Amino acid sequence: MNTSYKWLKDYVPDLEVSDKEFMDAMTLSGSKVECFNRLDADIENIVVGQVKKIEKHPDAEKLVVCQVDIGEDELLQIVTGAPNVAEGMKTPVVLDGGRVAGGHDGKKTPGGIKIKKGKLRGVVSNGMMCSIEELGSDRNFYPEAPEEGLYQFSDDVEVGADAIDVLGLHDVVFEYEITSNRVECYSVLGLAREAAATFNKKFIPPVVQVKENSENINDYFNGVTIEDKDLCSRYCARVVKNIKIQPSPQWMQRRLAAHGIRPINNIVDITNYVMEEYGQPMHAYDLDTIEGKEIIVRRAKAGETFVTLDGQERNLDENILMICDAQKAVGIAGIMGGENSMITDDVNTMLFEAACFDGTNIRLSSKKVGLRTDASGKFEKGLDPNNAIEAINRACQLVEELGAGEVVGGVVDISHFKNKNIRIKFEPEKINKFLGTDIAVNDMLSYFERLELSYDSDTKEIIIPSFRQDLECFADIAEEVARFYGYDNIPTTLPSGEATTGQLSFKLRIEEIAKNTAQIYGFSEAMSFSFESPKVFDKLLISQDSKLRDAVVISNPLGEDYSIMRTTPLNGILTSLAANYNHRNKNVRLYELANIYIPKQMPLTELPNERIQLTFGMYGDGDFFTMKGVAEDFLYAVGLKDKIVYNPEAGRPFLHPGRQADMIYDETVIGYIGELHPTVADNYNIGQRVYIAVIDMPEIVERATFDIKYTGIAKYPAVSRDLSMVMKKEVLVGQIEEIIESKGGQYLENYELFDIYEGEQIKDGYKSVAYSITFRANDKTLEESDVREPMDRILKNLEKIGIELRQ
Amino acid sequence: MDIEKKLKEIREEALKQIQTSEKLEKLNDVRVGFLGKKGELTALLKSMKDVAPEERPAFGQKVNETRQAIEKVLEETKSKLENAAREAKLRAEVIDVTLPARKVNLGHRHPNTVALEEVERIFTGMGYEVVEGPEIEYDYYNFEALNIPANHPAKDEQDTFYITPDILLRTQTSGVQVHEMERGKLPIRMIAPGRVFRSDEVDATHSPCFHQIEGMVIDKNITFADLKGTLAEFAKQLFGADTKVKFRPHHFPFTEPSAEMDVTCFKCKGEGCRFCKGEGWIEILGCGMIHPRVLKMSGIDPDEYSGFAFGVGLERIALLKYEIDDMRLLYENDIRFLKQF
Repeated sequence: MNTSYKWLKDYVPDLEVSDKEFMDAMTLSGSKVECFNRLDADIENIVVGQVKKIEKHPDAEKLVVCQVDIGEDELLQIVTGAPNVAEGMKTPVVLDGGRVAGGHDGKKTPGGIKIKKGKLRGVVSNGMMCSIEELGSDRNFYPEAPEEGLYQFSDDVEVGADAIDVLGLHDVVFEYEITSNRVECYSVLGLAREAAATFNKKFIPPVVQVKENSENINDYFNGVTIEDKDLCSRYCARVVKNIKIQPSPQWMQRRLAAHGIRPINNIVDITNYVMEEYGQPMHAYDLDTIEGKEIIVRRAKAGETFVTLDGQERNLDENILMICDAQKAVGIAGIMGGENSMITDDVNTMLFEAACFDGTNIRLSSKKVGLRTDASGKFEKGLDPNNAIEAINRACQLVEELGAGEVVGGVVDISHFKNKNIRIKFEPEKINKFLGTDIAVNDMLSYFERLELSYDSDTKEIIIPSFRQDLECFADIAEEVARFYGYDNIPTTLPSGEATTGQLSFKLRIEEIAKNTAQIYGFSEAMSFSFESPKVFDKLLISQDSKLRDAVVISNPLGEDYSIMRTTPLNGILTSLAANYNHRNKNVRLYELANIYIPKQMPLTELPNERIQLTFGMYGDGDFFTMKGVAEDFLYAVGLKDKIVYNPEAGRPFLHPGRQADMIYDETVIGYIGELHPTVADNYNIGQRVYIAVIDMPEIVERATFDIKYTGIAKYPAVSRDLSMVMKKEVLVGQIEEIIESKGGQYLENYELFDIYEGEQIKDGYKSVAYSITFRANDKTLEESDVREPMDRILKNLEKIGIELRQ
Repeated sequence: MDIEKKLKEIREEALKQIQTSEKLEKLNDVRVGFLGKKGELTALLKSMKDVAPEERPAFGQKVNETRQAIEKVLEETKSKLENAAREAKLRAEVIDVTLPARKVNLGHRHPNTVALEEVERIFTGMGYEVVEGPEIEYDYYNFEALNIPANHPAKDEQDTFYITPDILLRTQTSGVQVHEMERGKLPIRMIAPGRVFRSDEVDATHSPCFHQIEGMVIDKNITFADLKGTLAEFAKQLFGADTKVKFRPHHFPFTEPSAEMDVTCFKCKGEGCRFCKGEGWIEILGCGMIHPRVLKMSGIDPDEYSGFAFGVGLERIALLKYEIDDMRLLYENDIRFLKQF
């Protein structure tokens, strides 16, 4: 919403503040001013001059030398090249030292262009006559200006007057961000009322008096029938005859221009003016096109089409409200009128409409029709039906004052609304307690008075006027007090009361450790979107019948690429790795902690399972075992200290078939590790081996613990035995370790792989593996026999799976 | 031979040899040569048996004196040589301390996380619990229970992604307020960080997927002044002790009174600069007293309890605090970017 300061001042005549003061105070009282624009910021020292005499320039064919009357004793000599310069014309003259906003082409120069006395091809020029573009505007807002050349004032303008003032440019336009609850502030009057309250000045709304002729509207118009009362709470109609379409007066044009509205003609300008002033959209129909001279407000029929006044055919359905005559639709209610009934230059009698439609319906209809207009934008916020009659009368007052037509006596006013007459108990102590303030009762009452909220001292109630639809309860009243007392003046305290413990949830603590561990291993944290393309599954070689393809689907996505909620975290990390690879970054390690979304059923009837995944991805230095390292260190750090079992038969299609494993803990798959399948790496255009690890965090959180029990540091010496073995390549060291662990007996302390070798001296298809096994007792020095027994057991079981001791 | 003369000869010879010893090994040889089992002085002492018994104590004393004298010099020289050797070693071991460091190449947290953890630190310090809520949410929690009924225009403003008519991607973390209230445990002091979604095309200042931090306090006697004090303290801790705050009236359906909080621009300290577009202030968060209707809907008596709530855009904080000029950088995950945090 924009307002011209001059316009606003019409209703708050005592207001005298600077632009900045206005902006700051209005913002602090709740009408946020985003910015302001001084229309005369870049123009200065410009007067109305009259060209008295034109002579040829002695040295330039395209230039002429003018003698210009600027209301002083002597004429001013100005050289110009303007094509339309003529003796007798009145035009803006920039004096020596003045400024214009830009060039003929409408291009503005920030700060303006300074005009100085000088010589043009040897002839003295004491200033410059200028076009509307040079003054920073254009023909949209000054339609009387010529297409090219100097702006010409009408003959009644006084020579020597301030041209900027005559053009209405000594004004400031404030741009507000109005919150959706303050519907009435989408109008000059609403903001004037707020400004008056903010600066504690008198608010003087326009006095609306319609001069009607002695005729009766019923002789011209047969009335209004509202069929869908739920969608139209009020419909006011007036008739204007003997219309003379012509340009509206310049004062009205200037105001509309300041609000960014292009002047059209007197009737259109009046409806726009009243819409700005009252916030009430209106429409004018050519009454001669209205069949049966009646209006019926009803829903459209399914499949009905309608041509709006912009010439576009619109498709309708039965939820869209239409304004109709006895035969046909003549407008889409609250959105746009029809081509068939629009005002043309030949209009003779017209029907003015000011109505109130259901905001939600207008919003949905405007979406359906694909047409959002100034009118629909206002209606969809839910207008005050009381405003309609005021606005239509104001419009008719202007019609009369501007000589645009003759207002027929009487108004048709059909309404189906009840004023809510809200009364809210005034509880000053409760307000102070709620705000943490100590505001005097009289101060509170004075704020209400400024806001036109009246106080019933008998019942101790505040009576809410209909235009303040946002005030419904105690807290709303507290806000009115707070904003006029000043948010800034409310003290700052900290909550007292019962102490609470500040802490992360257990899950978040586990996640924090995951981040720390990842960072120690050189992984940096990535974040990627939760939604992705269904094509991701193909990229990851995931089979057509995989459950992973049962993803939560967004019904209104930004596009296919963002249409499903991810069921695997891989695409995010791989896309990030690919971006790094593409940027030629070396040795990249990334991790992400984010949810996957697993539907419990399709289609969704309850919320899906959100499982947070810790995903690692890397290329460059490091390999499969780096991933094992970071994963195992993390698990250890959160108390999962048992041995992790790696199952190489994981069968995940996106991983290298010979380089992947599920991580099993507690007989549960808690994650997986692997090298990315080269085809997948190709699909992501990563030209290096990529390693991935994914840990299913809910499984970890369920098992994690921060309970630590110290076990004593051994006092007795350890006994070590080395085992050097030969076995088939396919045997996993995991199998050896399982045997050592299960057969090592009570004194087994530790075992460590210290050599693994294939090649010379070892027969083809075999490998040599060496372990060092340590035994220790915590209550004695071990005897040879204490160690011999478990070693024998281990060896025997190793033999069973074909492992031989190396000679 | 005169014993005295002999001892003097030995001493002089020993001292001469000690003095010419440049290495510890040589010195040791000298020691062995004179004082060792087969050394000259030891041999002399052994010859004591040839001395008359009454002269033996004097003889022994003289030999010992010589021995002590030699030992003293030996010790001194040894320690001198040792010191020289240590110093020579140290001189030889000088390193170029400006050679590059050997690092383990620690990874880095995402700037969002760095900012979030700072916020969490501030609020946990004030006794707030950090909780979470679901990202895919029922319409009820995201809108209705927050005083945004069906067809409320605020629903349009937030450009919601829907899964079904009742299930959506949450557009705000405010729904966590409702979950926490429904748990029925009072008082509440919580913050709830999390991912939210809105149907905005990706550009330098928008992302369809971003993060918010919700905050809420409910207790007896919570006031608007408490809201101001808490958030002013938050701003000071996050942006520096000299940060000033400004509260402007605003509107959110689930708070009343509502406000937006601005902080003094941390670049120009409020003077006005390019960073704050000349205003001196930067908008940071939305907040307000929890609407009594919201309390009531979640089973809390607004006549007994009151509370405040606030919501901060995490990316907004990160972008401002670290002067990141393009939001897309946050989701590209270029390692050269991440390494800076």
